[in-house]
Amino acid sequence: MIIENSKVISNIEIANNIFLLTVRSPQIASHGKAGQFCNIKVSNSNYPLLRRPFSICDINNDEVSFLFNIVGEGTKILSGKKENDVINILGPLGNGFLLNDDFDLAVFVAGGLGIAPFPLLQKELKNKKQIERFFGARTAAEIITLDFEESHWATDDGSLGRRGTVLDLLDSEINNFTNYKLKIFGCGPTPMLKALQKYSEEKKIKCEISVESAMACGFGICQGCPVEKNDKSGFYLICKDGPVFNSSDVIL
Amino acid sequence: MNNIDLSVSIGKLKLKNPVLLASGTVGYGNEISKFIDLSKIGAIVTKSISLKPRKGNPPQRIVETSSGMLNAIGLANVGLEVFVKEKLPFLEELKTTLICNIAASSIEEYVQCIRILSEHEIIKAFEINVSCPNVKDGGLIFGNNIEAVKKITSEVRKATEKTLLIKLSPNTADIWKFAEAAKNEGADAVSAINTLVGAAFDIKTKKPKIKNITGGLSGPAIKPVALAKVFEIHRNVDIPIIGIGGISNTEDAIEFLIAGASAVQLGTINFINPNAGIEIIEGLKNYCLQNNVNNISKLTGSYNLS
Ligand SMILES: Cc1cc2nc3c(=O)[nH]c(=O)nc-3n(C[C@H](O)[C@H](O)[C@H](O)COP(=O)(O)OP(=O)(O)OC[C@H]3O[C@@H](n4cnc5c(N)ncnc54)[C@H](O)[C@@H]3O)c2cc1C
Ligand SMILES: Cc1cc2nc3c(=O)[nH]c(=O)nc-3n(C[C@H](O)[C@H](O)[C@H](O)COP(=O)(O)O)c2cc1C
Ligand code: FES
Repeated sequence: MIIENSKVISNIEIANNIFLLTVRSPQIASHGKAGQFCNIKVSNSNYPLLRRPFSICDINNDEVSFLFNIVGEGTKILSGKKENDVINILGPLGNGFLLNDDFDLAVFVAGGLGIAPFPLLQKELKNKKQIERFFGARTAAEIITLDFEESHWATDDGSLGRRGTVLDLLDSEINNFTNYKLKIFGCGPTPMLKALQKYSEEKKIKCEISVESAMACGFGICQGCPVEKNDKSGFYLICKDGPVFNSSDVIL
Repeated sequence: MNNIDLSVSIGKLKLKNPVLLASGTVGYGNEISKFIDLSKIGAIVTKSISLKPRKGNPPQRIVETSSGMLNAIGLANVGLEVFVKEKLPFLEELKTTLICNIAASSIEEYVQCIRILSEHEIIKAFEINVSCPNVKDGGLIFGNNIEAVKKITSEVRKATEKTLLIKLSPNTADIWKFAEAAKNEGADAVSAINTLVGAAFDIKTKKPKIKNITGGLSGPAIKPVALAKVFEIHRNVDIPIIGIGGISNTEDAIEFLIAGASAVQLGTINFINPNAGIEIIEGLKNYCLQNNVNNISKLTGSYNLS
């Protein structure tokens, strides 16, 4: 965990209201892993007061990138960052995906901005495991292609790929992978994650999900980010115990 | 003049400087120690500890508001036994001055906690949380009731020789009367303030933004309120005050000292800048140098009302 003043290299609107921010953060770049996140101070004032959490999208040498969309004031300010602006970033935070357990085909399942952690995950899995990618968006205008190779797409309105949810899409293809030991990596809105929890349990497929919540500190001191443990005995802290959880360990 | 004395005394407790980290905003020290050298801080105050572990409230527990945040954590904590077994050893290694904050739902529970924890040499003082707004049993009920504050203070005083701080609620009229009650029953100091009760609603869903409906407001938004409370206590009661509420930088800390505080605690700022404590200690030193103040305690209550 480091606090690094990071210079903006680029901040590009890659789809409607969706930005790819790349900063120079040598220390965070050298420690960050797929599934981890950073807590970013988007202004030097009290507006907004708290840092905002974003998944690490990719790392190239000493550069770290983040993928975000404008949802409120904080992300609006972030979208206005220009080359050479300096942003204060705290990270890398959280646990990241587990990659050394027993599987040979990684199945990425993402809804909307949930695609954010997958470029780095793809890099980390390269030459080690096979990958199938299933991505969902509301419409073709919100599709984020990044550098992914052959991905399966679903849109709610059918404007690109299969019409329907990313889970419908996954289910329509899953029988093609019966020869593999699968592991699903899921990231996206909570309703999608809930559906994925149910799906992976029914199909008995190993599954890790990246969970979100409001956060203040991002590193375990405020207790603001609980998610209920599966046995209802208490709460995990998403920032410290997660954000990636074994899908069956948490109640969303 | 290089020998500026930043140390302050509160009861038997001698602090190397007046900058403390507030309860609930440093956990039990381990996570934040990666960002700040806790051995240089005046003291850290633990998250409120209760006799038994508390799960805390379900999400959503926090939300940002204008220059502040609401929280309803619900005193989630590991409980006294785990605290002693798992958290104290690390805190010992840190070589920081440790103040234990205690929350309880009965006077007996406060006393029992203090008895057990008093045996630990490393704990230098207790801060009694009579004022948490976010739990149904205890907390605010005590914090709003002057007789309860009297009773808790006197019983807890009997149970420990260590320095005793009573953390006051701002959610009451005449906070100075509570400070006076604490003083009369033997408290060494009061900490002021805990969070202010607040709420926020989503205008689309019309639902409260935090599950508990109301939460405690903290951060820069509450600083003027906190300063007024510190000032009110200082004018009316002769007891050391530890000022808390929205302190984010050196200037804020100095304002609290001027208004009557002997020391300050940093809360919400730790979430944003976990090294703020060290920066503020440095800033206080510079302020003293520039203003020919050789002893920081001379700033306490140095307001000029003429
Ligand atoms: C671990 C993690 C990783 C994330 N990764 C990404 C990412 O890669 N790309 C991306 O676009 N977004 C990501 N988010 C969501 C992102 O943090 C929010 O979109 C952002 O905080 C919104 O800030 P705002 O000021 O624009 O919105 P506002 O509406 O003004 O403020 C949002 C406030 O609500 C809080 N909040 C409430 N509920 C949630 C919730 N479910 N999730 C997040 N914040 C909430 C925030 O902490 C913040 O204080 C991630 C969130 C987490 C927790
Ligand atoms: C997330 C959070 C948790 C807190 N938990 C406690 C607690 O357990 N016990 C306590 O006495 N005060 C608790 N507080 C109150 C702080 O110690 C402090 O009094 C208050 O936040 C005002 O200071 P600030 O504006 O600098 O944050 C908590 C505050 C926050 C923001
Ligand atoms: S965000 Fe503070 S503990 Fe998780």
